[in-house]
Amino acid sequence: MNSISSLPAEQSATVAGRGRLRTNLGRIWVHVVLCTYAVIALFPIALILINSIKSRDAIFDNPLAFPTPESFSLIGFEKVLHNTNFMLYFGNSLVVTLGSLVLIVLFGAMAGWALSEYKFRGNRLMALYLALGIMIPIRLGTVSILQLVVSLNLINTRSALILVYTAQGLPLAVMILSEFIRQIPKELKDAARCDGVGEFKIFFQIILPLIRPAIATVAVFTMIPAWNDLWFPLILAPSDETKTVTLGVQQFIGQYVTDWNSVLASLSLAVIPILILYVIFSRQLIRGLTSGAVK
Amino acid sequence: MNLQKKTFPWHIVVFLAPAVIIYSLFSALPLLDTLRLGFYTSNDAGVHSFVGLDNYRTILFDSDWSKAFWNAMLNNVKFFAIHMLLQNPIGLLLATLFSLKGLRGARTYRTLIFLPTLLSVVIIGFIWQLILSPLWGVGEGLMNHVGLGDYFAPWLGQESTALLTLGLVSVWQYVGIPMMLIYAALLAVPEEVLEAAYAEGASSFRIFWQIKLPLILPTLGLVTILTFVANFNAFDLIYSVKGALAGPNYSTDILGTFFYRTFFGYQAQIGSPTMGAAVATLMFLVILLGVASYFYFVQRKLTRYEL
Repeated sequence: MNSISSLPAEQSATVAGRGRLRTNLGRIWVHVVLCTYAVIALFPIALILINSIKSRDAIFDNPLAFPTPESFSLIGFEKVLHNTNFMLYFGNSLVVTLGSLVLIVLFGAMAGWALSEYKFRGNRLMALYLALGIMIPIRLGTVSILQLVVSLNLINTRSALILVYTAQGLPLAVMILSEFIRQIPKELKDAARCDGVGEFKIFFQIILPLIRPAIATVAVFTMIPAWNDLWFPLILAPSDETKTVTLGVQQFIGQYVTDWNSVLASLSLAVIPILILYVIFSRQLIRGLTSGAVK
Repeated sequence: MNLQKKTFPWHIVVFLAPAVIIYSLFSALPLLDTLRLGFYTSNDAGVHSFVGLDNYRTILFDSDWSKAFWNAMLNNVKFFAIHMLLQNPIGLLLATLFSLKGLRGARTYRTLIFLPTLLSVVIIGFIWQLILSPLWGVGEGLMNHVGLGDYFAPWLGQESTALLTLGLVSVWQYVGIPMMLIYAALLAVPEEVLEAAYAEGASSFRIFWQIKLPLILPTLGLVTILTFVANFNAFDLIYSVKGALAGPNYSTDILGTFFYRTFFGYQAQIGSPTMGAAVATLMFLVILLGVASYFYFVQRKLTRYEL
């Protein structure tokens, strides 16, 4: 993260000598381009958030204005939170996302440990088998997944979604975690083994705490697709009791499309958790991406 | 350790079993089973019977079906082309700018531009629908501001522009992924090589074209195949903006929405799991073809460049 040092810039300035002014001008252009793009990236989201706390008239009259004391209104949020099942959907999304997250991290770390630590016949084949899921979308198996879920009597349950997202997240998790476990010094494990510590204890008490940074990376990578998915909630758990936020918003907006306050409020409510998550985890996410965890 | 080797290594089984079982049961086996189901047909009672390649014959040669299938395929190719022509070059440009040494605020830019990638496609779709709707007029108002108001049109509603518009929305959302992957690759370019080039007086442009770009080619290959898989598997954006019918007049229909309609049915047509499985199999073959050609041609050729 601290790799941005000023050293090469100084060097190039002395080497280039007269190129200093050109470099500064160039820097300004870089900022212009990046600022412009950042505005393009954020404008739609800001527009929704700003208008969600305005009165209906203000939303239409001047959509680009910030709310003033006169135009400020939380009516949309009140309506959405009181008159709809939004909080229930929120709870469902939370259960599904956290449930699959725990399973992915735990089972992914266990498998990653087994594949990177022990030599056994079929080790590489097993690693390859698990890795196939990174490239091939699980969605293509939907027809059979639906049949399986029906036959297991799991249709319209949150467990069905948890199991599917776990299956979807495991390949990448195993890859990232086994890569990370390989970097743990051998001495640590050997010392424990000499003391007669069992394999399970080594894994749970030594390895798991050590791979916390990688676990955070895996968590971010698996949480976001699970929280945002529309396909599987639509097919496996569309009932009102098991709807996730994404599906809820999708269907909710269709029904209330004329009630702009509610529409904007529900969009904001669906955006805010990810914003919070992003603020908390953005460093981890970027570290995960830039440390080559997904190469 | 020596003692353990003689007994059956139960601990390995215990460590591997949960992951392998869930992955097999809910990912690998359903995929294989879907490939199998494509060769069957089901009657009203839901009883499957083997029909060989009949489903594929219907999809590829029956006039109604083949028209819809090839329309979806062609739209999907266009959708992919939009991403390759815009998303990945823009991602490359942004990543190159971030990675400039000593750029102030690089981390802030990176964080802000990556944000849309994290939001649900459903939300993104609705936001853009609102902005582009003539009803609300935000888009039109903004274009009026810069004097382009006359060019405003309900782009999402016109057959000629709907797919392109949705493609652009998708590009807007996902540009963060190629940007981050390329950025990571640029960080890995060895410092000494760049310093040497600077010392020789090479311009930033030359350094980019002749040193950085060749070194990050493997990442560009990876970005291409990830884009390919994501695009040929896309569904959410089209469904949430245009519904399962991918209107107007199927002009935004891609393989994902075609698969959904075949599987679940729509309007007069009754959904068929076995026909759906056949469509999924065709999608699988397309994706497999892409992934395989990536591994056989691109990656093998490119590893030579890696240091």
